[in-house]
Amino acid sequence: MFELVDLLVSLTFYGTAYGMVLYLLAVGLSVTLGLMRFVNLAHGVFAMTGGYLTVTAMSRFGVPFLAAVLAAVIVVGALGMLLERTLCRRLYAAPILEQVLFSIGLIFVSIAIARYVFGPLAQPITLPGWLTGRINVGIGVFPTYRVFLVGIGAILALAIWAGIERTRFGASVRAAVDNRRMAESVGINVNLVFTVCFGLGTALAALGGSLGADLLPIYPGYPNDYLVYFLIVVAVAGIGNIRGALAVALAFGIADTMIRYFLPGFGRVLIFLLVMAVLFRNPHGFAPKIHA
Amino acid sequence: MTSTRVLDSLVIAGLVLFPILAPGYLDLGTRVVILVLCAMSLDLLVGYCGLVTLGHAAFFGVGAYAAGIFALRASAEPVFGLLAGGAAAAVLGIVSGAVLLRSRRLTLIMLSLATVLIMQEMANRLGWLTGGADGLQGIVMAPVAGQFAFDLFGRVSYVYAAVVLALGFLAFRSLVDSDFGKSLVGIRENEARMRAIGTPVDARLRTAFVAAAAMAGVAGALQAQVAEFVALNALSVEFSSEILIMLILGGAGRRYGAFLGAPVYVVMQDYLAREDPANWYLWIGLLLLAIVFLAPGGLTAWVSMLAQRVKGKRR
Amino acid sequence: MPGSRTAVVVVALLAAVGSSAALSTACSSAPPPTKAVKVGIVLTYSGPDASIGEAIDRGAELYRTLHKADLPEGVELQLIKRDETGPTPDVAKRLARELIVREGVQILTGGQWTPNVSAIAPLATEAGIPYVVMSSGTASTTRLSPFLVRVAFTTWQHSYHLGKWAAANGLTRVSTVVSDYAAGLDAEDAFVQGFKGAGGQIVSSVRAPLRTADYVPFLERVRRDKPQAVYGFNPGGPEATRFIKAYHDLGLAAAGIQLIGPNAIVPDDELKNMGEAALNVISASHYSAAGDRPANRTFVNEWKKAYGQDTVPNYFAVGGWDGMAAIFAVIREQNGVLDPKRSQEILTNWSNPDSPRGPMRIDPETRDVIHNIYIRRVQQVDGELRNVEFATIPDVKDPWKELHPESNAGTR
Repeated sequence: MFELVDLLVSLTFYGTAYGMVLYLLAVGLSVTLGLMRFVNLAHGVFAMTGGYLTVTAMSRFGVPFLAAVLAAVIVVGALGMLLERTLCRRLYAAPILEQVLFSIGLIFVSIAIARYVFGPLAQPITLPGWLTGRINVGIGVFPTYRVFLVGIGAILALAIWAGIERTRFGASVRAAVDNRRMAESVGINVNLVFTVCFGLGTALAALGGSLGADLLPIYPGYPNDYLVYFLIVVAVAGIGNIRGALAVALAFGIADTMIRYFLPGFGRVLIFLLVMAVLFRNPHGFAPKIHA
Repeated sequence: MTSTRVLDSLVIAGLVLFPILAPGYLDLGTRVVILVLCAMSLDLLVGYCGLVTLGHAAFFGVGAYAAGIFALRASAEPVFGLLAGGAAAAVLGIVSGAVLLRSRRLTLIMLSLATVLIMQEMANRLGWLTGGADGLQGIVMAPVAGQFAFDLFGRVSYVYAAVVLALGFLAFRSLVDSDFGKSLVGIRENEARMRAIGTPVDARLRTAFVAAAAMAGVAGALQAQVAEFVALNALSVEFSSEILIMLILGGAGRRYGAFLGAPVYVVMQDYLAREDPANWYLWIGLLLLAIVFLAPGGLTAWVSMLAQRVKGKRR
Repeated sequence: MPGSRTAVVVVALLAAVGSSAALSTACSSAPPPTKAVKVGIVLTYSGPDASIGEAIDRGAELYRTLHKADLPEGVELQLIKRDETGPTPDVAKRLARELIVREGVQILTGGQWTPNVSAIAPLATEAGIPYVVMSSGTASTTRLSPFLVRVAFTTWQHSYHLGKWAAANGLTRVSTVVSDYAAGLDAEDAFVQGFKGAGGQIVSSVRAPLRTADYVPFLERVRRDKPQAVYGFNPGGPEATRFIKAYHDLGLAAAGIQLIGPNAIVPDDELKNMGEAALNVISASHYSAAGDRPANRTFVNEWKKAYGQDTVPNYFAVGGWDGMAAIFAVIREQNGVLDPKRSQEILTNWSNPDSPRGPMRIDPETRDVIHNIYIRRVQQVDGELRNVEFATIPDVKDPWKELHPESNAGTR
């Protein structure tokens, strides 16, 4: 009996670490989707770019891990804002097909560039000494790196929540999501909000990609491989539902880990069917109704 | 405005003339014909219903496997195989449509991705039925209508595929020209308003979805029969994207998009992949970006613009 | 104005296609040499698995460049390359057909994926031309066509003998973790047969879905079962790295659970990415970049000179190298004028005692490769990680075909 509880605790922990990375990858997409109605399937590209920048900074320039992550996040955030101002903005009113094509085009170009510059193999990442080995966290002994992911994920989730709920900028975002015209008419610079939000979204993706680089390896196929997972988190949580995104990401991470342990014969079929069942009942996910 | 009847006949004429004009390229022609049929079925969803999906390969692949398994275990008669493929894909269309069509936009895209991934995983696992990762081998097709056997040079394959495409095009045409088709366009433009005036939107979309699935399934069945081989790549997200790109290149919702887009894409792929295979993704990505920002209507829009200019000059 | 913008796109498109076409025709209008032998090679040059195709291609090209002088006077080898874009048998079949019908190739080669090889094999039979398979480890592949000769390896050669070796060397309780697809299940079968046949006991069998992002849940089960060793198999590339990392993160090595597997779990070129997590992993393979023989030292040195000092050839590259060597033998012995029957004869009796992998030859009965299998351990040598060979099983035929004898008439 104790063995089973121990096992479940173990699996829950691993699922949480995995879920945290998915949360970081998905939350930025949830924001941009909810805010700009912009279907950006190329979200993984920013995560991948962040990962590549971090790894390159560490291996080529000897920058320590956290500093490299910070640098990558800032650079990708800036790139995201630049992209938003030049290209994405033109597509907000465009039909969804155009947005999807833009995303696919962006994915293809970035895959080609990544392959050309870095080669097709996964990037090696040497974690700093304080992240290697295993550590006892009371309920069990786990790899330090994964404990770090859980911890930092929780801190970031709190920071994001605080940012949305407690700051003026967060209030502007919520206002713009709820009712854009109204927000504009009370003087909120919605264009600026969009740009900054998009930048934040891409920066978060880069954060997820960099921090999670040892869990989800960085290689040119990254945007394609993990796309469906963060789309699932966003869709099941509901567009724009940032709080919900954490719960869904963790639930997905844990469910996926459990299924892979107990029923590996089903592969991904079971988890996808579960997602479909959930969405069959709640086609809009668990989001509170957003005013169009 | 050149009547669609004239253009439609041009399409049929093109299909008929191709083997006469390019007799050495029949296997390429057959391949293009199958892709046109598949892209046309996607056009029904994307172009006419306004439902963007990345899961069309699920229908194509299921049709291919169904036809292949049918040929191996039931009957090697080609036309029955087509029906088997179309029916299997239609069933998937009904089942998946029940879930997918409750959502729109990103959720719909994600669910369509999940559908393809589920089907691919199942095909991988049910190796005893599908051949798994090694593919479904050993398919030997009986002669079409008992008389025309498939040959090495691909003559029978081409005519067979072209006839199926022509019939498919006629079906597509009548669907799109009918009141049903027009209501689909209405739903695409403004779903809320169509609901408000009492159109049974969900029923219409579901019907269109199943029709598109069945047509894609027939395309898949053709592929299985002509190649005498089915592999997991028929059920891949990559293939879904390729069909979408072909359609976009030609122009979605413009009747002839598939007929322009598929050949151009295939020719491009043949040349660029030959000369510079590693950078194929780069070229396609740039092309997509170019289309999005410079030419959203694809080649059909450009051609009709040209035609307008020419007509304008004549007057 | 939208019309002019569309025009720009279309013109650019046509320009791209047109210039590529012009380039290709310009290249092919060079004056033909005295005797040109056309060889068609179909590999994956694009997409996620392009690194394997690239390795095979590089191995073949390296041999071709270094042995140019070995060709008879006035004979030129034209290597026509086609990209099958991945495990897409319909594309591979179409390309092979084009190579045969339009380009008139006299030898087909490549062979990276089993489904693609299965699609091409009947064409080789129909056209009666030799098909030299440089990769693809499924044992039954050589039975697909009497014209098919494999210079690569078979999964069973690696895993069956690893199983026998493990049971004979103190590892009697083993768990298996393999990727759930045809090659993975084949490897698992091979290992289990060899292992149990030598008296070993399988503690548990786990199958992980293909493209698994996180192997930790699967290896967690192994950790709890506490076997003496875990046999792993995955498609290689980024998956191999994820697998090794999960093995390391869970502290399995420290818990005394040895990791063993075929070459795919520690490919020579991925070792530096795996870092110290890969130390002491035992694997079985027909080729190691660190193999200590003169032919290999030359091979590795020339490879580094041609492709970069920090690159390393792997077993795919050796397949390309030896495949090209076989093709050269065919051309040399017939002085550039190829008769299909004679080519076939030469290939089925071909041997390369001086291959970088060690001595190798083709078994005339099965048209498959016979070579040494080495048991290697990952060690730190001269500051880098290498697969160091410490045991040799000489002259290994394919065990699967020996256990499943059938007529080699070319049908499955």
